[in-house]
Amino acid sequence: MTTLNALIAVCLVYVLFLFAIAFVAERRARLGHVRWLRSPVVYTLSLSIYCTAWTFYGAVGSAARSGLEYLAIYLGPSIVMIGWWWVVRKLVRIGRAQRVTSIADLVSARYGKSNLIAIGVTVLAVVGTTPYIALQLQSVTLSFEVFASADGGIELNPAVNPDNTTAFWVAVGLSLFTVVFGTRNLDANERHHGVVMAIAVEAVVKLVALLSVGIFVVWGISGGLGETLARIDASGLGQWQVDRGRWAGIVILSAAAFLCLPRIFQVLVVEAGDESQLRTASWAFPGYLMLMSLFVVPIAVVGLDLLPEGANPDLFVLTVPLSEGQNGLAALSFLGGFSSATSMVIVAAIALSTMVSNHIVMPIWLRLTGGGASVSGDVRHVVLTARRASIAGVVMLGYLYYSLSGGGSALSAIGLVSFAGVAQVLPALLGGIFWRGATRSGAVAGLSLGFSVWLYTLFLPSIGGGGVLSDAVLAAGPGGIAWLRPQALFGIAGMDPLLHALFWSLALNATAFLVVSLSSFPGPIERLQGAQFVNVFQHAPGPRSWAGGAAQVEDLMIMAQRLLGAPESQALFRREARRQGLRGDLPEPTPTFLEALERELAGSVGAATAHAMVGQIVGGMSVSVEDLMAVADESAQLMEYSARLETQSAELSRTARQLREANRKLTRLSVQKDAFLSQISHELRTPMTSIRAFSEIMRDAGTLAPEEQVRFASIIHDEAVRLTRLLDDLLDLSVLENGQVSLNRRPGSVGEVLDRAVAAAGAGTAGRLDIVRDPTREEVVVDTDLDRLSQVFINLISNAAKYCDAAEPRLEISVSVDGAQVVVDFVDNGSGIAPEARDTIFEKFSRVAEHKAGGAGLGLAICRQIMTRLGGSIGYLPGRRGAAFRVELAHAARLAAQ
Amino acid sequence: MSGPDGTGPGRGTPPGDPATPPIFLERRSYRRRRVRDAARLLPVLGLLGWTVPLLWPLGAAAPQVSSALVYLFVVWAVLVAAGAALSVLLARGEVEEDRDRAARRAP
Repeated sequence: MTTLNALIAVCLVYVLFLFAIAFVAERRARLGHVRWLRSPVVYTLSLSIYCTAWTFYGAVGSAARSGLEYLAIYLGPSIVMIGWWWVVRKLVRIGRAQRVTSIADLVSARYGKSNLIAIGVTVLAVVGTTPYIALQLQSVTLSFEVFASADGGIELNPAVNPDNTTAFWVAVGLSLFTVVFGTRNLDANERHHGVVMAIAVEAVVKLVALLSVGIFVVWGISGGLGETLARIDASGLGQWQVDRGRWAGIVILSAAAFLCLPRIFQVLVVEAGDESQLRTASWAFPGYLMLMSLFVVPIAVVGLDLLPEGANPDLFVLTVPLSEGQNGLAALSFLGGFSSATSMVIVAAIALSTMVSNHIVMPIWLRLTGGGASVSGDVRHVVLTARRASIAGVVMLGYLYYSLSGGGSALSAIGLVSFAGVAQVLPALLGGIFWRGATRSGAVAGLSLGFSVWLYTLFLPSIGGGGVLSDAVLAAGPGGIAWLRPQALFGIAGMDPLLHALFWSLALNATAFLVVSLSSFPGPIERLQGAQFVNVFQHAPGPRSWAGGAAQVEDLMIMAQRLLGAPESQALFRREARRQGLRGDLPEPTPTFLEALERELAGSVGAATAHAMVGQIVGGMSVSVEDLMAVADESAQLMEYSARLETQSAELSRTARQLREANRKLTRLSVQKDAFLSQISHELRTPMTSIRAFSEIMRDAGTLAPEEQVRFASIIHDEAVRLTRLLDDLLDLSVLENGQVSLNRRPGSVGEVLDRAVAAAGAGTAGRLDIVRDPTREEVVVDTDLDRLSQVFINLISNAAKYCDAAEPRLEISVSVDGAQVVVDFVDNGSGIAPEARDTIFEKFSRVAEHKAGGAGLGLAICRQIMTRLGGSIGYLPGRRGAAFRVELAHAARLAAQ
Repeated sequence: MSGPDGTGPGRGTPPGDPATPPIFLERRSYRRRRVRDAARLLPVLGLLGWTVPLLWPLGAAAPQVSSALVYLFVVWAVLVAAGAALSVLLARGEVEEDRDRAARRAP
């Protein structure tokens, strides 16, 4: 019993030493001395929990049974860490940015903080990890047995202790340690410095132990490296006999499991500090794995050589030194195995308890208490209790599994089975961080399908026939359906069971994940999270100081400011604070206030997003405030942009209106121009037609009477004159309209101008028109272009002569002075101009009556143009009996006086 | 006479002028990118190296376990060494990048 007692003493001292180390580390961390605790070396060593007792003892056993296949289990993680730039770096960055607490948290946060997924992953992790914990307890128990039996003579294949007391007390001790150091702080995202430090020390112990045994075996027993290699070749392992499919499959499986195992995720992502730690671990951890597996084959070979047939190869690491009488070395080796087992259990318990308490216990508790979690104190207490209970529960579950399964050989196969189970998270995990199109439904479909296939094809068969699956089902399939046989799905028989299960579970998992993701549509939070995860490197890491409670209202304020604008949201908050009877500007986050704020925000970003944003700031932990800020910023930018667009569109519609106006004007002008052109051509054509007709007659008719000749020639002449006059008028009008006319101003009396005009106009109308004048009143001097003025007068007189329909046509011309204006009225005794025609008589080509076609209809238009040029005006004078026109222009004397 | 004090070539931008970053900057950032490429490439090489055993014959012609062991561990050691070298280069690149960024931010 002495050896065993000494061993128990050593064990207790070692445990006390670990407690002390964890305690000191926590203390130093609290004092702020975290520099050394956060060194890359500690981080790398903490990753070594990948190497459990399964590695420490089982690798040698595996090598003794099936050669170099065990190496593949360490090659996968090595590749993952060497290739950290691909996946691990992104995982760590996301873990930091999203304050991830576990792998279930990461996956559920990615898929819109879906609690369903969180529960699924948690259950998967617990189911996958519990047998693994049992395995650790078994290894510790077995190693104790080795020493116990060593006292009474070496028994190399100890029976399992039926009462399991060792396993029980180990489980209790581990629970205690984990509760004490693993739940010191509520924030699961904070580092567990004590635990990590203890893990790191244990990592050193197990490496040193395994290396010592290896060195002893190689140089102490075999007598050197060359001899060892020769011994290996000479042994039963002598030739390379690795199943190729299993080699590739296990490399892939171990790589996948390394990313998905909850305990690895805990140290790799949750406890990670910065990128420099990762950078060092990227090569140092593969180095550690390499050293751990370096002496496995020599130990196995020497063990097979030295120890009798039937010795348990899983315990060679202990039994080889013992058989050589190296009790110290054996004790060291025992401590190494003990360290491997305990560190795994501790970290796995922390990781699982976080998941269980966060995703299963807390939601249930919140539902049971009706969501009365607004007081921060009681929730804190509940969370801590839940986490402690979960730790004890998880470890005890492992113990239960161990004692129920009887610790038989089924356990030794459980390592890879467990790996394959947790690897089902891989598609959802990788898809989530690299593909924005991955959706919650896809993840649920993939996870559940993969998990079911794994359960059916690997986990349940691994328990063995007589468990859930009977031997009959294993052999013939459920209900005799052959293609559903658990180890030969779809009739593909003869595959290695592990490969078979791995292939089908991951293939169906990934296919379901992809297909359902492609065909479903993600919710708003999901899309937000997807963008945050996939583009994590585009967001600055930023300080993570937000810690709930007091900061909430300020965070709400900042968010509201980004969405509503600073003055509005400040006013809103101040109003609310007043309403609550508070003096400051920040109100308490009461439900009423939150509802009001949410409504206010919903006006800006829509109800769903506002609800999510407020909910996340007030109650949620996994979507960080910085992310919400990013959304708020985006929305603010969008709003600003749309406001700018609105201004622009208003301006555009204004411009369009102006353009339409201009277009209408142009169209009108164009119509006018067309009308003018058609008028012109008509006016030109009429004389031309008669000229052509009469000239043709004169040309074709051979003999014409002389009087006829004269008559035709004179008609042609008259028409030519008329044409010329028309062209003159047009020319005149265009000159006037273009303002190119040069006025020849000189003073003269109106009477003289009228005399000239009457004379000129009377040439053709002598005797017919009686013109009445008052010469005494006509002695008014004007200073203007007298020729142009007389042109106007001539026009008016000849118009009267042409159109006055009275039996004795009479035109009265009266001149008067009205203020600064000289007014000349031309009033005849005809029937006048119809009221509807009065507006248009001054337009071009307007004629009062078609039947009296005398001119081109340009006369009055020219008159108006001339008067405008002369600075006067001409207009129709209504209210007289006949047609009456009034010409007004400036008085010369008055002009001079001014 | 405006040569020596006015527009002479001696009055060009001084070497530390932030407005004109040194020409070597581009080359350095190019190097950094290639180091990252190497970091991405290394696991692929490792995987290649470790899938070579899939090509080995089984049965009587199978290689000796000792040589297989040596091969696998040599690949491993080379990967670790290359990873360590790359991590040093990556760390140096990051320090440089931080310095460049700081220099840009505070002209």
